[in-house]
Amino acid sequence: MNPENYIILAALLFAIGTVGVMIRRNALIIFMSIELMLNSCNLALATFAYAWGNLEGQLAAFFVMVVAAAEVVVGLAIIVTIYRTRKSTSVDEANLLKL
Amino acid sequence: MPFEFTMPEFRLIAPVLIVFGVACIGILIEALVPRQQRFVVQSTLACLSLVAALGATIVNWQAQSFQPVVNGVMMLDGPTYFMWTMLLLFTLFSLLLFGERQLGGGASAFAASAAAVPGSKLEADSSAARMEHTEIFPLALFALSGMLVFPAANDLLTMFVAIEVMSLPLYLMASMARRRRLLSQEAALKYFLLGSTSSAFFLFGVALVFGYAGSFAFADVAAAIHSPTAGHGLLVAGVGMLSVGVLFKVGAVPFHSWTPDVYQGSPTPVTGFMAVCTKIAAVGGLLRLFYVALGAARWDWQLLVAIVAVLTIVVGSVVAVVQTDIKRMLAYSSIAHGGFILTAVVGTYTSQTGLHEGYVGSVGAVMFYLAAYGFATLGAFAIVTLVRNAGGEATNLSAWAGLGRRSPVLAGLFGLFLLSFAGIPLTGGFIGKFSVFESAWEGGFWWLVVVAVVMSLVAAFFYMRVIVIMFFSEPAEGTQIGSASWLTWVPILVGAVATLVLGILPGGVLELAAGAAGFLR
Repeated sequence: MNPENYIILAALLFAIGTVGVMIRRNALIIFMSIELMLNSCNLALATFAYAWGNLEGQLAAFFVMVVAAAEVVVGLAIIVTIYRTRKSTSVDEANLLKL
Repeated sequence: MPFEFTMPEFRLIAPVLIVFGVACIGILIEALVPRQQRFVVQSTLACLSLVAALGATIVNWQAQSFQPVVNGVMMLDGPTYFMWTMLLLFTLFSLLLFGERQLGGGASAFAASAAAVPGSKLEADSSAARMEHTEIFPLALFALSGMLVFPAANDLLTMFVAIEVMSLPLYLMASMARRRRLLSQEAALKYFLLGSTSSAFFLFGVALVFGYAGSFAFADVAAAIHSPTAGHGLLVAGVGMLSVGVLFKVGAVPFHSWTPDVYQGSPTPVTGFMAVCTKIAAVGGLLRLFYVALGAARWDWQLLVAIVAVLTIVVGSVVAVVQTDIKRMLAYSSIAHGGFILTAVVGTYTSQTGLHEGYVGSVGAVMFYLAAYGFATLGAFAIVTLVRNAGGEATNLSAWAGLGRRSPVLAGLFGLFLLSFAGIPLTGGFIGKFSVFESAWEGGFWWLVVVAVVMSLVAAFFYMRVIVIMFFSEPAEGTQIGSASWLTWVPILVGAVATLVLGILPGGVLELAAGAAGFLR
């Protein structure tokens, strides 16, 4: 296996996630894009761990998964609250705070 | 790989353990203590835990316990102890503001039921039943435990976990305002989405630097930079993405757009906590990351951070001029302060790069600046909670007109904090600005200092504008000074005294900061 391909895949996934965050309007889809970014980091970590022949990177992937799970809890709580208030999860409508 | 288990140094990491432990106990209190007593129990316990943690920090600092702890994932050295002391002290003052209930007629600044839809019957019922979210205290302690770990973290993975532990509770705290709940929820949504994105960038940076060095430990990264085995591009990309994550938390331009919205929408005591403690923790982590792990690669990041510093100072100072909301104005002011702090970071004027006798150096200057900024900012936000009208806090600048005639003491104190922000002599802000500019100048970034000094004049203009509005215009209709208990007055008065002391007799704290400036590697 050539680690380089996996790193390129991770970078691609990360880029897709970043684009998703920037162009999508639905808070839930943005949130999913962020999760995609985190998971692309996991792939990169695992690949580098393989390339270096140590376990640290794989271990880190577990930490990231736990953190991502905690983030889901907080994020969904906030998005659900917003949805119940506004009946919409579009981030374009969250525009009360402006100069 | 052989696995060795060493007992963690419980005595040395006691401050983190106490704060985290009491936060966990706070969750149990929610379940076990009757509702009427919860607020008092939670607030007292949280404050006591901070006092205990502060005591433990000072005892360990006095004993000169400078060493790596918990298998080397955290490093206890001068900067760590200085940051911990500041964080615990300022969180204590923030919690006093959290506990203020006299201002709202017996109700705290937090929503009676954050789950109730604004304007619904449930919300009215829960207000009438005097429900309160006392979870705010454990949440603050959880955030604080992340903030304590962040500037002490000695490897990239610990840093990532710490950045999340400090952010996640803050997202929730931002959404819990009692009044103007739509704004508060919107602030939380923006903070959450942007904050998580920046954490993802940070994490990808961690992965890339791990790919470069083959280890997360700062010492190994520094060693790998000295004798590289992987391509330089990997390092540069990694450093860039790490910077995005940390500079977002500092609130530096172009990663600042969340700051004004979140500062305006959050409950004011939370804004004060965020403005002071998040900034201290973020700058502390930034310093260790850039100086200890990436110090040898500073030619790669110095110019980048210098440009960010210029942008931050310019945008923060210029956009603040046109703000009409006092909390937004303070937010832009806090952005500009982040920029001034970055000038010293860029200077990298430390004992490694040839610190002259009698100079404070970059790390010491930044720490002194943070102390001066912290006291003034917390005091200023405490005063914002006091200026009220029928709808709660009156944050529009027009409502602040003529405050000096209505309450000369309050307006005078706010004026003092603004003068400190502006960097007028005899205030802590002046000494802070002077020492960070000195570090940047000695580090060879004279052009950065020139820009920063010119922009401080622009910044001084809008601070003066607020003072003029407060003292030289007709009092606004309907604005009142809320009657607060000692819980609000302690942060204001301590902030005012500290601002003056740091300005007139800075010697002691400056020496302390300069003496604590050495990173252990």
